[in-house]
Amino acid sequence: MATHIDAAGVHYTPLNKEVRAAVAAGETEIVLDNVLGQRFIADGLVGEVTITVNGVAGGDLGMFMRGPTVVVHGNADHAPGNTMEAGTIVIHGSAGDAVAHSMRGGKVFVRDDIGYRGGIHMKAYHERRPYLVVGGEARPFLGEYMAGGMILLLRLNAVGPFAERGLASGIHGGEVFIRGEVEDRCLAVGAVRMPFGEEDRARIRPLVEEYCRYFGADAESILADDYTRIGPAGTRPFAGKYTWE
Amino acid sequence: MAIGSVPLRYKITIDPDRCMECGRCIENCPYGTFRKEGDRIVAVSRNCTACHRCIAMCPRDAITLVEHPVDYRSHPLWTPEAREAIYNQARTGGIILAGMGNAMPLPSIFDRLLLDACQVTNPSIDPLREPMELRTYLGKKPSKLAFRRTEAGDVELETKIAPNLMIETPIMIGHMSYGAISLNAQLALARAAHTAGTFMGTGEGGMHPDLYPYQKRLIVQVASGRFGVDIDYLNRGAAIEIKIGQGAKPGIGGHLPGEKVGPDVSRTRMIPEGSDAISPAPHHDIYSIEDLAQLVRSLKEATEWQKPVFVKIAAVHNAAAVAAGIARSGADAVVVDGFRGGTGAAPKVFRDHVGIPIEAAISAVDQKLRSQGIRNEVSVIASGGIRDAADVTKAIALGADAVYIGTAALVAMGCRVCGTCYRGLCPWGIATQRPDLVARLDPVREGEHVANLIHAWTMEVSELMGAAGINAIESLRGNRDRLRGYMLDEGMLQVLDVKTVGA
Ligand code: SF4
Ligand code: SF4
Repeated sequence: MATHIDAAGVHYTPLNKEVRAAVAAGETEIVLDNVLGQRFIADGLVGEVTITVNGVAGGDLGMFMRGPTVVVHGNADHAPGNTMEAGTIVIHGSAGDAVAHSMRGGKVFVRDDIGYRGGIHMKAYHERRPYLVVGGEARPFLGEYMAGGMILLLRLNAVGPFAERGLASGIHGGEVFIRGEVEDRCLAVGAVRMPFGEEDRARIRPLVEEYCRYFGADAESILADDYTRIGPAGTRPFAGKYTWE
Repeated sequence: MAIGSVPLRYKITIDPDRCMECGRCIENCPYGTFRKEGDRIVAVSRNCTACHRCIAMCPRDAITLVEHPVDYRSHPLWTPEAREAIYNQARTGGIILAGMGNAMPLPSIFDRLLLDACQVTNPSIDPLREPMELRTYLGKKPSKLAFRRTEAGDVELETKIAPNLMIETPIMIGHMSYGAISLNAQLALARAAHTAGTFMGTGEGGMHPDLYPYQKRLIVQVASGRFGVDIDYLNRGAAIEIKIGQGAKPGIGGHLPGEKVGPDVSRTRMIPEGSDAISPAPHHDIYSIEDLAQLVRSLKEATEWQKPVFVKIAAVHNAAAVAAGIARSGADAVVVDGFRGGTGAAPKVFRDHVGIPIEAAISAVDQKLRSQGIRNEVSVIASGGIRDAADVTKAIALGADAVYIGTAALVAMGCRVCGTCYRGLCPWGIATQRPDLVARLDPVREGEHVANLIHAWTMEVSELMGAAGINAIESLRGNRDRLRGYMLDEGMLQVLDVKTVGA
């Protein structure tokens, strides 16, 4: 039996306290009903627990989180998955700016669109690799300063090539996959197109399948399309920028 | 046209009568200034950075180092530095990197502020005889206290006091990251903070496990790169500091070059070995003061409201307004870092030309917060070029609760302010990751040196306070009546809110 918490009119601190207490007591299923913009849900939360958010999650959902699965039935405000370490966030809707900012492990799935600066400064370390999967569109600066991990932008309702600027500027690790074409002018400093082959398709397959499992789309037809793969020109984008005094 | 080479900056000479060819200078100079030729040691002065290591280690005092006289045509505008920077950039096309703090020959405001002393009618206090209160609490203070009487008739405090840091001296050690400085240097500073009853900042490079034993004395930093930041790191710190800006390079991010990201730095920062550690200029989740408030709260929420959160900004023209915003963001302290603040590496043009003096910034911040009636909502910490106990005392009299020292602590460990930290070859084992150089710094001994420095300055601060008839740091804070400006212009006196000498 899941623990139900009614979030109507509750400030985020007592709400998070209740969640923490339930996790500490060994609860593995928590349902938050009537969430209306409460920020910091599961902020810094550690553990194996599934939290269902019914409503709209406020900013910094799952920030610094390590382990939990958070499923939002609604939209999320900015920066879900901010500096997150492990776990999964599934958003049945859209999310704001800076989704998965500096995320260094775990997965974030957004069914629809995200705002500006998605996956900005995502980074990887050894076995810890972050994944951001977006079903709809992303605005400029996607994957900016990216230092590791993977971003997959599916653009399921897209018409025309991806045309938002500042794509992966300053990228020095990790890769961005975008379904379909990407206009040349979008690629910013340090970002280069890389060949997309069958082994790359195999690498994105589990993510596409997972997306379809959550949101009910057809994985095979999504996978059958062409993708643009973007990666770093080098791991030291600014090595030649400086001289000694 | 050929640019050719610029003249030597320093000249190293070895007195052949004193030198016994022991080769210690060869061993000690990581820049390769010395080599043996036959039974003689010769020096290539061009390699020298004036770090003084060879001189300090020469058993026979055989080495002389002088600034090399420059034979350019003298010109008040086209200084040798200006010309040489152009040669350098014409050759390389790069941004010039520099280490340490602002190197422009600008007058120090601290030196033009004089402290007061008591005479007959209000006698001075003898710290040997009278208790002096230097204990400082950093964090939010309630504007008033509410009490309640229990049924048993006792009085109970109703006001909830926010977590504060308690320090036995108003002097703390500022944030210098692992990566910028060596692990031995960090260990020495952590030991010093422990001994002196104060705190030390980790910088934005994460926390190496060897520092865990000192974590109660560490303030962890969250910067735009979020290096090494996870929930354990946040929980380890006694407080958390968000770094927005830095005095040595306001408005820009940081950049630890890939060659310094060895296995240990890589693990601590949680990034792959050999990759550049880029801290972007802004935090990408902070584009407004509301966003900053959000980060402050998310850090508090993540650590269950147990820790004070500081926000560090560079001293710039609108620092006071920004500080007022920070005070309202829920932060517990605002750290203002002046343009003399040091760094491992900054573009020279930033280090020397961006930002404002800490004296002016602190005073402006203190006045702004007081005028808005929110000074008690936030502590103020001054940093950036604090050289001695007088600077500490003056900074507090101008409105700071406490100070951070950086370069001074490094100097206590041997640093000669050579300003070559960005090359990663620091001969004193401080600003380097090269194992043989790191091993030169003994964390135990140097930790004692830094602790001694803080102890000595703390005693001097209490003597200065006593002389001014003040027995508690609380009464010194923002007490501009104990200061007078000497040879400062009217405008500056107004910004500082101090009277001129003789007034
Ligand atoms: S760089 Fe330092 S060690 Fe080398 S010659 Fe100059 S002062 Fe001596
Ligand atoms: S830390 Fe080392 S390299 Fe930097 S100024 Fe001091 S002595 Fe020179």
